[in-house]
Amino acid sequence: MTDLTKMTLAGALDGLTAGDFSSVELTDAHIEACEAASGLNAFITPTFDLARDQAKASDERRASGTVGKLEGAPLGMKDLFCTEGVKSTAASKILGDFTPTYESTVSANMKADGMVMLGKLNLDQFAMGSANETSFYGPVINPWRNGEDLVSGGSSGGSASAVAAGLCLGATATDTGGSIRQPASFTGTVGIKPTYGRCSRYGIVAFASSLDQAGPIAKTVEDAAILLESMAGYDPKDSTSLNETVPDWRGACGQSVKGLRVGVPKEYTIDGMPSEIEALWQQGVDWMRDAGAEIVEVSLPHTKYALPVYYVVAPAEASSNLARYDGMRYGLRVDGENLADTYERTRTEGFGDEVRRRIMIGTYVLSAGYYDAYYLRAQKVRTKIADDFRNAWDSCDVLLTPTAPSAAFPVGRKINDPVQMYLNDVFTVTANLAGLPGISVPAALDGNGLPLGLQVIGKALDESTVFKAAGALEKAAGFTAKPEKWWI
Amino acid sequence: MAEPEHGVSRDDVKKIARLARLHVEDSQCGAIADDLNGILAWIEQLGEVDVEGVEPMTSAVDMRAPMRPDIVTAGGIRDQILANAPKAEDGFFVVPRSVE
Repeated sequence: MTDLTKMTLAGALDGLTAGDFSSVELTDAHIEACEAASGLNAFITPTFDLARDQAKASDERRASGTVGKLEGAPLGMKDLFCTEGVKSTAASKILGDFTPTYESTVSANMKADGMVMLGKLNLDQFAMGSANETSFYGPVINPWRNGEDLVSGGSSGGSASAVAAGLCLGATATDTGGSIRQPASFTGTVGIKPTYGRCSRYGIVAFASSLDQAGPIAKTVEDAAILLESMAGYDPKDSTSLNETVPDWRGACGQSVKGLRVGVPKEYTIDGMPSEIEALWQQGVDWMRDAGAEIVEVSLPHTKYALPVYYVVAPAEASSNLARYDGMRYGLRVDGENLADTYERTRTEGFGDEVRRRIMIGTYVLSAGYYDAYYLRAQKVRTKIADDFRNAWDSCDVLLTPTAPSAAFPVGRKINDPVQMYLNDVFTVTANLAGLPGISVPAALDGNGLPLGLQVIGKALDESTVFKAAGALEKAAGFTAKPEKWWI
Repeated sequence: MAEPEHGVSRDDVKKIARLARLHVEDSQCGAIADDLNGILAWIEQLGEVDVEGVEPMTSAVDMRAPMRPDIVTAGGIRDQILANAPKAEDGFFVVPRSVE
């Protein structure tokens, strides 16, 4: 029998439809792969028994003629999504024992479409990080390696590693500054952050609410489209949810890019970026041109200010969002001498270093005397960054850029300067600030045999064109490399 | 940005921590101040951008806040709400004394 864990989601769904195998068989194969890969630390809470039950129920539904969009497919859930009756930790100590009594809208949509959930995937604590090293449950290991353990990227590191290692057919993820696309680039997987408002934020542990957006990490562009079609949709429980219909994104993937105007923003290059990434970017431009696209040079002059804006806006929103963790109604409580002491001890023990750092920055930039100089100014520069994109759309339909300024780096690399770590998101964060869809597609291996991704950014609500361009890129790149299974 | 350039002092760290309800040991204040100053110095570059007359961007999408009827949509779930409480008794949250 073929190795079911090597299948794409699209292939597996076809196989289920054809009756080649059952969801129980497909799920068992993935559970076996998960159990053998515990060294990757991709899961915080595996839910294998639940998955077996769901697979059995799915096979029964199928037998009775009910088949959802994700019917019987074993998938992973980033542990930032609240799942009813299953621990949802945000990779933190403060939510270490939190078992929601409700379901996030995104996971509810997927359940309704027949998903089998293999478990809750590791991430950076409260999604704050770019290497999955801030998790209270330890770092995720990248299935790709170069003589030593490498980071998976972050914050959706568990999602990326699990998909790359064939532990699940696809996974949910979230992206506040690049947390879907950068780990996808580091692991040779596809990750898309849709337009802000496409996926409901209801039941997703909040980090920075004006930037947070859910999306999938998948093996192929088509698989990403299938997953996003299930995840997305209007939800009155999220006041920023867009009341828009979900188009046929899967159908967009194979369409021709003839005549498509692909913008190349000259500002998307930074000092110290490996020449290989520069060369791959050029290769991507050539691929798109060969596929019939028209290449246009564009300028996004405020690009260099995107990261500093992000590191004002995101911590400010985080400091406000994370004020709810006071040890009173849910989560960890550490008793102190009095109420204020209890608050302080609870939050100091319950949050990790990076989370506390961002709460401190956010509190500072919002505090009296500094609000105008930092927060208000950052919001104004954010307008200029969004305007850059609006101007670019006069001359192009999508933008093509590298996804990240490096390949995956070693676990535990000593980084004394937090700003150095923040640079991981330099090419992805602009799409969050402007609310635009962005996808990372694996394009090549670097000289060390590690995957590198290219990013396509599109207009708001124009995921269809993003999928079309990403599909063309995927076809031209022909990226078929898989990591060796050293972890078994 | 005149004021922030003076940087965060150890006293400021104490003050920010208090506002954020975080406990900071005196011995950590210097290191945290250095850390924050490093990040803030990098953020200072936003001062170069001419933002005269620019509206602040407060939402990622151009939309009006939706309205809904002011009615209970998910009530009557007391036990669910208390299910994750660190301490609960007789249908109430139990919290530390806040009024002496």
